[in-house]
Amino acid sequence: MDFFLQLLVNGVCVGLLYGISAMGFVMIFKSSSVLNFAHGELLALGAFFFLALITWAKLPIIVAFILTLVGCFILGFLIEKFFLRPLIGEKLIFVIMLTVGLAAMFKGFILLIWGGNLHTYPSFLSESLSLNLGAIHIAPVYTATMVISIIFLVIFGLFFKKSSQGIYMRSVADNQKAALSLGVHVRRVFALSWAIAALVASMSGIVLGVMNGVNVHDLSSIGLKVFPVVILGGLDSIGGAIIGGIIIGLLETFTGGYLSPSLRDVVPYIVLVFILLIKPYGLFGLVEIERV
Amino acid sequence: MRKFSFHPCGNYHESYKQELNIFETDFGRACLLIFLAVLFFVVPFVAGPYTMYILNTIGIAAIAAIGLNILIGYTGQISLGHGAFFGVGAYAAAILATRLDISFLIAIPAAGFITAGVGMIFGLPSGRLKGLYLTIATLAGQFIIEYVLIQWESLTKGTMGIVLPAPKILQWTISGDRAFFFLIFISLVLMTLIAVNIMRSKYGRAFIAIRDNDRAAEGMGIPIFKYKLLSFGISSFYAGFAGALWAYYMVSITTEPFNLGLSVEFIAMVIIGGMGNIPGAIFGATFITLLNELLRYLTVLLMNINFVINLGFNIAPLKEFVFGLAIVLFILIEPKGLAELWRIIRSSFKLWPFSY
Repeated sequence: MDFFLQLLVNGVCVGLLYGISAMGFVMIFKSSSVLNFAHGELLALGAFFFLALITWAKLPIIVAFILTLVGCFILGFLIEKFFLRPLIGEKLIFVIMLTVGLAAMFKGFILLIWGGNLHTYPSFLSESLSLNLGAIHIAPVYTATMVISIIFLVIFGLFFKKSSQGIYMRSVADNQKAALSLGVHVRRVFALSWAIAALVASMSGIVLGVMNGVNVHDLSSIGLKVFPVVILGGLDSIGGAIIGGIIIGLLETFTGGYLSPSLRDVVPYIVLVFILLIKPYGLFGLVEIERV
Repeated sequence: MRKFSFHPCGNYHESYKQELNIFETDFGRACLLIFLAVLFFVVPFVAGPYTMYILNTIGIAAIAAIGLNILIGYTGQISLGHGAFFGVGAYAAAILATRLDISFLIAIPAAGFITAGVGMIFGLPSGRLKGLYLTIATLAGQFIIEYVLIQWESLTKGTMGIVLPAPKILQWTISGDRAFFFLIFISLVLMTLIAVNIMRSKYGRAFIAIRDNDRAAEGMGIPIFKYKLLSFGISSFYAGFAGALWAYYMVSITTEPFNLGLSVEFIAMVIIGGMGNIPGAIFGATFITLLNELLRYLTVLLMNINFVINLGFNIAPLKEFVFGLAIVLFILIEPKGLAELWRIIRSSFKLWPFSY
C-alpha cells in the first residue's frame, strides 16, 4: 500500500512536470498551429543557460533564474522572427521540418559547448521543503515542482482570462481572419506566443534539471513525450495539457513500478496510438468534425 | 514520328499522352542511357573501395527516400516512422535468411512486403486523421517498433544483433563492395522505374489528387482511406526493401541505427531533394550521404589539430548542428529542393541567351 501511494505521489509530480512542459507546446500550437519538435531542445537550452549562470558566472539563484527566463523569452522571440515568420502560409511539412532542423541545431550547439554528460546544479532547495505524510516521503524537489507549477498555472489562467494580450492570443487561436479584421496584431501575437512558450519551457527545463540532473538527451526526449500528453489532453487545451500530463505521469510510474522498467518509456506512445484511433481530439480538445 | 531533338524551349504539349511521357525527347533518353552505361560499366572498375562504399550507401538511402517521397511528396502524408520501417525490413530479411534459410532473391522482396504490412498498421489512423495527427501517430510507431525490436529477444536476439549469411546466386557468392554495387544499383534502377510508372498510373493520379485537395478528391469518387493506406504500404515497402539490402550489405545488424534520427534523415533527403520529384529523392539521398561523410571527415581532421583539442570543445556534435542548419536553410531558401535548382540550371542553358 505504501508502495502504491509513493508511486501515486511520484506519478502526480512527474505528471505535473510533463504538464508544464507541454503547456508551452500547446501555447504555440494554439496561436499559430505549429507543431514544435524543438520543444525538448528549448527545455534543454533553458536548463543549460541556468547552469552556466550559476556555475560559471556564479550569480545568486534568484538572479540567475530571472535572467534565464528573460533570456529565453528573447530567444523565443528571435526564433519566431527569423525562422517561423518567413514560413507563414507555407505547407505544414515545411513548418514541421523546420522545427526538426532547429531541434538538431540546438542539440548540436548544446553538445558542442557542454557535452553529453550529466551535469548537476549545486543544491539550493532547503530540506524544510520535504514533506512526510505517514510513510510517504515527498522530496523537496517534488514540493517545489508542485508549488511552481501551480503558481504558473494560476498566472497563465489570469493572463489568458484578464490581460489584453492574453485575449488577443485567444482570439487569434479561435479565428485568425476575424482577429485580423478586428485589428489584432497577429504577427505580434505569434512572436509573443513563441516568447512565452520558450519562457515556460526554460522554467520547466530548470525544474527537470533540479530533479534529474541536466542532460541534453534526457531533456530532448522529454520534448517528444509531450506528444502523448497533449494528444491525450487535447492539442489546443492548456488545462488538458496538465491533466494529460498527470495521467501520462501516473501511467509511466505505475508501469515502471509494477510491470517492467523498460516498458515505462514506451507506454505513453502505445496509449497515444489508441487515443488517436478512438478519440483523436483528446479529452478537452476542440472537436473539428471533418470526415475525409 | 521519332526525331532526335534537344529540349524544346517551352511547353509544346498537344495531348495528355505527351504530358505523361517520361522523356520529352530522345535526347533525354540517350543522356540517361549514357549515364547508366557509365554507372554500370565504368564506375565500378575505376572507383576505389571507399568511393564504392559511399555509392552503395547512397543507393540504399535513395531507395528509401524514393519510397518516402511517394508518401510525403505525392500523397501529402508525413511519416516520422520510416527509420523504424527501414529497421523492420532489415530484421525481416535477417530473420528470413537465418531462421528459414531463404535465398536473398526472395528474402529481400519478402522483407519489403512484411514492412508494408507493418507500415499499414500505423497508417490505419489516417482513416480518421489528417496532417498533424498522422505525423504524431507515426512518431509513436517509431518508438513502439524500436521497443519491439529490442525486447522481442526470441526473434530479434535483442541487443546482440544478427549476422546474415552472404547472399548467393547459384554458386556465386555476392560479397565485397563491387558485387554489392551491382545488386544495389540494379535494385535502385528497378525501384525508380516502378515508382515513376506508379505515378503515371491511376494510383499516382489519385495520390496527387489527395495531396492537393482531399475533399475534392473524395468528391470525385476516390476512396481516400484506401489510397492513403495504399500509399503507406508502397512507401513502407520501399523502406523495407532498402532496409533488407542494407542488412545484407552490412552483414551484421543491431537495433541501434534505426532511431528517430534516421527517420529525420530520410525526411531531410526528401525535402532537400525536392518533394514530389522522384529524381529529387536520389539527389537528396546523395546530398545527405555526402554531407554525413564530409562532416565525419572534417571531425576527424579537426580532432587532430592540437589547437582545437586545447580549446576543450568536443567537435563530434558539429555534425548534428550542420545537419540541422542544412535542413533549415533549404526550407527557408529553396523549399523545392535540389531538383528545382537542377531545373533552373538546365532551363538557363536551354533559354540562353534570352534567359529572362
